[in-house]
Amino acid sequence: MKKALVSFAAAAAVLSLGTMGAMAQDPTKVCAIYVGPIGDYGYSYQHHQGMLDVKEHFGDKVEISYLENVAEGPDAERALERLARSGCKIVFATSFGFMDPTNKVAARFPDVKFEHATGYKREHENVSTYNSKFHEGRYVQGVIAGKMSEKGVAGYIASFPIPEVIMGINAFMLGAQSVNPDFKVKIVWANTWIDPAKEADAAKALIDQGVDIITQHTDSTAPLQVAAERGIKGFGQASDMIKFAPETQLTSIVDDWGPYYIERVQAVIDGSWKQSDVWGGMKEGHVVMAPYTNMPDDVKKLAEETEAKIKSGEFNPFTGPISKQDGSEWLKEGEVAEDSEVLQMNFYIKGIDDKIPN
Amino acid sequence: MRIELVKRPQHSALFSALSPFIALALTLVAGAIMFALLGKNPVQALYLYFIDPLREVWSLHELAIKAAPLILIGVGLSVCFLSNNWNIGAEGQFIVGAIIGSILPVLFPEFQSWIVLPIMLLLGIVGGAAYGSIPALLKVRFNTNEILTSLMLVYVAQLFLDWLVRGPWRNPEGFNFPQTRSFHEFAILPELLPASGRANWGFAFAIIAAIVLWFLLSKTLKGFEIKVLGQSPRAGRFAGFSNARMVFFAFLVSGGLAGLAGISEVSGAIGHLQPSISPGYGFTAIIVAFLGRLNPLGIVAAGLVLALSYLGGEAAQISLGVSDKVARAFQGMLLFFVLASDTLIHYRIRLVGRQAAPAAEAPHGNA
Repeated sequence: MKKALVSFAAAAAVLSLGTMGAMAQDPTKVCAIYVGPIGDYGYSYQHHQGMLDVKEHFGDKVEISYLENVAEGPDAERALERLARSGCKIVFATSFGFMDPTNKVAARFPDVKFEHATGYKREHENVSTYNSKFHEGRYVQGVIAGKMSEKGVAGYIASFPIPEVIMGINAFMLGAQSVNPDFKVKIVWANTWIDPAKEADAAKALIDQGVDIITQHTDSTAPLQVAAERGIKGFGQASDMIKFAPETQLTSIVDDWGPYYIERVQAVIDGSWKQSDVWGGMKEGHVVMAPYTNMPDDVKKLAEETEAKIKSGEFNPFTGPISKQDGSEWLKEGEVAEDSEVLQMNFYIKGIDDKIPN
Repeated sequence: MRIELVKRPQHSALFSALSPFIALALTLVAGAIMFALLGKNPVQALYLYFIDPLREVWSLHELAIKAAPLILIGVGLSVCFLSNNWNIGAEGQFIVGAIIGSILPVLFPEFQSWIVLPIMLLLGIVGGAAYGSIPALLKVRFNTNEILTSLMLVYVAQLFLDWLVRGPWRNPEGFNFPQTRSFHEFAILPELLPASGRANWGFAFAIIAAIVLWFLLSKTLKGFEIKVLGQSPRAGRFAGFSNARMVFFAFLVSGGLAGLAGISEVSGAIGHLQPSISPGYGFTAIIVAFLGRLNPLGIVAAGLVLALSYLGGEAAQISLGVSDKVARAFQGMLLFFVLASDTLIHYRIRLVGRQAAPAAEAPHGNA
């Protein structure tokens, strides 16, 4: 039995070698771990799309491999170690909670490059971090919401009170205030990244409180679907969700990780990979707006203009004058916020009637 | 027409011994069919599942890490289940052990000494045991159903941990992310053989606990008491054993071991507290306890087998590109066949016609 097993395994190995023999060079192995299932149509799905873009771009020159639904903690450390040992040259760890495991495994595999999304620890030469300026898209959404909401009140389903989410709320509000200075936003903290039932309940509660537009920083399609049932408008999240709510979605912030992944894999192939901390936005093509739908032409035009201004670098959503919630001045007229300051944002801007949960 | 399970008057010793192997063989066959239907090479898939993770030293370490909490909790639960106490809340006792054990490194990070780790482990045991004593107290005093109370307390523990790491225990330098500060070096459970992999002392604790409980159950009067009270509380009372005291004993032992597993996991494998510290070890350990037939040494083997199925599932995901759902389905098949084989050794299936009167069986429980 054992002998048969060994000979079969050997045969399998020979077979797989046979298919590879046609190529001049072994393919570069590119790997990823996802916190959710790749079928979530949100966050993990988009990261996997980025990996598929890598495969499409490089073809036979790369081989992709991934582990989905990896729990944050010791399981993540084992998953990363397994990938590193399986011959991966570069590993994308795509959730914040993979931060410590990524750095621990990186210490043991100095020849493997690690890319950690949304974190801040780069303890070893072979760890880079990357994230996207989703708040640029949220500013555009705010402009649209300010124009589209008849009552001037939006509902915002937030996940966790971390800087990324808080800067998103602020950017959304600044966008809305730019067209309607009296705009209000009601915020529900869902304390989850993805939980369709909880997100749907939050959306229902917000609509019952009288909001007539919904946006979210959680990953499922549920809030948009509730908005569709109740006949109000909403925004998609992370991917284009138009097929889940064809008459409801105004636009969506699409996380396009493809360009970054292709660039980094190219660097590994060329041998030019270096540690970096990349925070790309619309300009770099990392943040893309889904088509503007279900809105009048003038709103669509304004949204496109705003997007173009951010994309060209002409306009930064965090440009003064901006006051903090308590009325104190944050940015003077014309002053632009430093990235480092935005990345640690822990306060609301003026006009938001909510308290950051602590 | 309906199907009934009828208890066999006596069961075959031969088949009892063969049962795990029959189950394994059936799993291999069913698994091979599943992989073949998915268009994957079944022999390669099974090889990846069961052999590949055992071929390398680092992987054996990972096996020990994954199995340690399952074994530690599982052996504790065997005392509960043998004495007819249905503790379903080991997950909660695991979490509370981890929380109480983490008090020193989280709240007093400047207190750094070799004494920190022993205190943490002790506090972990105390925390888990104290949390386990709640359903025990409710059962003894108010005759509440411990299945419900212990299960409900799991959610309380999970939400309490969630609140702690987002609120008062959050790392002040952590940009509002929901984590406590990282444990300092004196609060980290050391690795067993640092040169070859990262398995920590948690695995040693699990083995020691299994041996001690095996001795207790099979060689001592206490072990006899546990089994008598489990099988026949009335006979136990005639022998002068106190059922109330046994309820506390069982919950304190299993809660304490779950707490030790919790603090070992946090201190050895994670290094800080975060909203989720267990992928359901407390629940999986229930399966492990029964797979090991409530025998502590059997539970060691069962814990290793279940851990192997997790590791094999990952290897199959990477090498074959199958979804993690396939890995779970395969694990489910393994458990199904093991439990079905065991059941069919003790029971036989009888088809009952409509007219036959149902044979009422006397209910078990505390008469």
